[in-house]
Amino acid sequence: MSTVAPQLVTSEFTPPEASHVEDYSIRTNDLSLWYGDFQALMDVSVNIKKGIITGLIGPSGCGKTTLLRCFNRINERYGNVTTTGDIEILDKNIYDEDVSVRQLRRSVGMVFQRPNPLPISIYDNVLFGMGIHDAFKSLPKSERNDIVENALREVDLWNTVKDRLKSRATTLTLEQQQKLCIARLLPLKPDIILMDEPCSALDAEGIEKVENLIESLRDEYTVVIVTHNMAQARRATDECIFMLLGEIIEHTKTSEMFLNPQHEKTEMYIQGRYG
Amino acid sequence: MSESSPTTGQGFSLRRGIEKVIDFTEPAVVGLIHLCGWSAIIFVMAIFFFVFKESLPAITGLEEGAVHGEVEQLDLVEFTTSPKWIPESAKKPTFGILALMVGTLSVTILSMVIAVPLGLGAAVYVSEFAKGKPREILKVLIELLAAIPSVVWGFIGLVVLNPMLVDMTGEPVGLNILNAGIVLALMSVPIIVSVSEDALRAVPDSFREAGIALGANRWEMVYKVLFPAAKNGLLAAVLLGIGRGIGETMAVLMCTGHSVMMPTSIFDPVRTLTATIAAELGEAVRGDMHYHTLFLIGVVLFVFAFIINLTADLIVKGIKVQGNE
Repeated sequence: MSTVAPQLVTSEFTPPEASHVEDYSIRTNDLSLWYGDFQALMDVSVNIKKGIITGLIGPSGCGKTTLLRCFNRINERYGNVTTTGDIEILDKNIYDEDVSVRQLRRSVGMVFQRPNPLPISIYDNVLFGMGIHDAFKSLPKSERNDIVENALREVDLWNTVKDRLKSRATTLTLEQQQKLCIARLLPLKPDIILMDEPCSALDAEGIEKVENLIESLRDEYTVVIVTHNMAQARRATDECIFMLLGEIIEHTKTSEMFLNPQHEKTEMYIQGRYG
Repeated sequence: MSESSPTTGQGFSLRRGIEKVIDFTEPAVVGLIHLCGWSAIIFVMAIFFFVFKESLPAITGLEEGAVHGEVEQLDLVEFTTSPKWIPESAKKPTFGILALMVGTLSVTILSMVIAVPLGLGAAVYVSEFAKGKPREILKVLIELLAAIPSVVWGFIGLVVLNPMLVDMTGEPVGLNILNAGIVLALMSVPIIVSVSEDALRAVPDSFREAGIALGANRWEMVYKVLFPAAKNGLLAAVLLGIGRGIGETMAVLMCTGHSVMMPTSIFDPVRTLTATIAAELGEAVRGDMHYHTLFLIGVVLFVFAFIINLTADLIVKGIKVQGNE
């Protein structure tokens, strides 16, 4: 993983080593998606490794957010979406009949572009997911407090907010709100965390802190992050997927993509000459 | 082209001629707009002043028209605690509005019990579940419902609901709290729906996505995410509905049975404060105790409305203060 030696990778991505199935958290197979008549994804086949941070980059409208929003099936809330192909998450096709969307979204958490803590207290925000998934009312109060404390500690927010857990989450700064949005996923013990430009609403300092937090999530969670910010993709991701017009152009280690892009379009984009 | 665009300094002075006219009209327009804004306040104050002034003699006492030559004065304790409203009695007129207040409150409360769930449910359906054509049709229909005159509602209560209630409940007459409550509920629903639908649609979509992404289904999203987020607007909707209920006159006059009594069940007829004013003010002798007392009832209604609005304000402000700490 840590070797930076340039290595030829074909633009049609194939896994570097034909390894075990369980090394991948997300595998898509010929995934196509239409919004009405407009095709947003074209035969996307991609394997996203477990326990690393994968970046999705590409110009606006290339389908990276659409792809991300397929992984927890949140795309479906717009009625006019048609999908073909397979998405296997943790070796289960999420479009199978017997898949519970609720359980899927428990395993696959999502962080949005604009921090969206709910207009309830910080404490209730952290426990919100638990309230939906568990009969958590049976949990004693001390255990609930522990859950909140652990989640907030993990995102480095506990010391800042421990004295005002009952105040409204929307009174926090944007950076704190975004951390809280990550914290509220953690009590559900997700395997995968999807992030849709999680830093684009933040200032430079906030970006740094949230990026550090994302880095700390590596290993324990599989993180897929959509970003417009090339510098961020370079800093904060292990592998990068470059998309263009609904297709995957290149998927390789981040260091290789930025040092030695295999595809002309990739090179133009990461140098800022395109998009 | 070069003439009209001020590429030379000459262009500035050409424009100045037109601006002089604007300079002159601008203060006039601003003044007019100020006047419009203030007129609302002035009218409300004037109405309040007039009603209060007309009610005052009842409390301070009046000499003309006194029965036995002594100064006639309204007994305020009797006014607020007696259920007897016998204003035209030749022997001893009694002005007690307790039964009327109970009538107004019971009809309003029953109508809210029916209208709030119905209105909120409809608002949730229109804003979150209905799509496309059905949604537009429903919105138009609900607005149409709000445009039905209250006398037509009263007519429906009198002619349609009345016999239905007689059949269903076995009561001899179907003009009672239940009838008026149902009619008033149907009248309040459009207001509650449109105000709370606005409140729900004002909730940012990102809140909905947050809920859904955490695994909530649509109903959980509505009551765990939207209701807390739209709390203030929903409360405003309910209070507007209550305001409508307390102030409504014609429909309740026609549907309550209009008889002065302390109700013991929702099948009892009652009379409301508003209906009393409407029915009796035209017949009361101008300047006598009955006339002034009817204005005092108007003041009581004012106080009700004031308390409701103040409560609403305080609750909304209270929520805000909590949020800002």
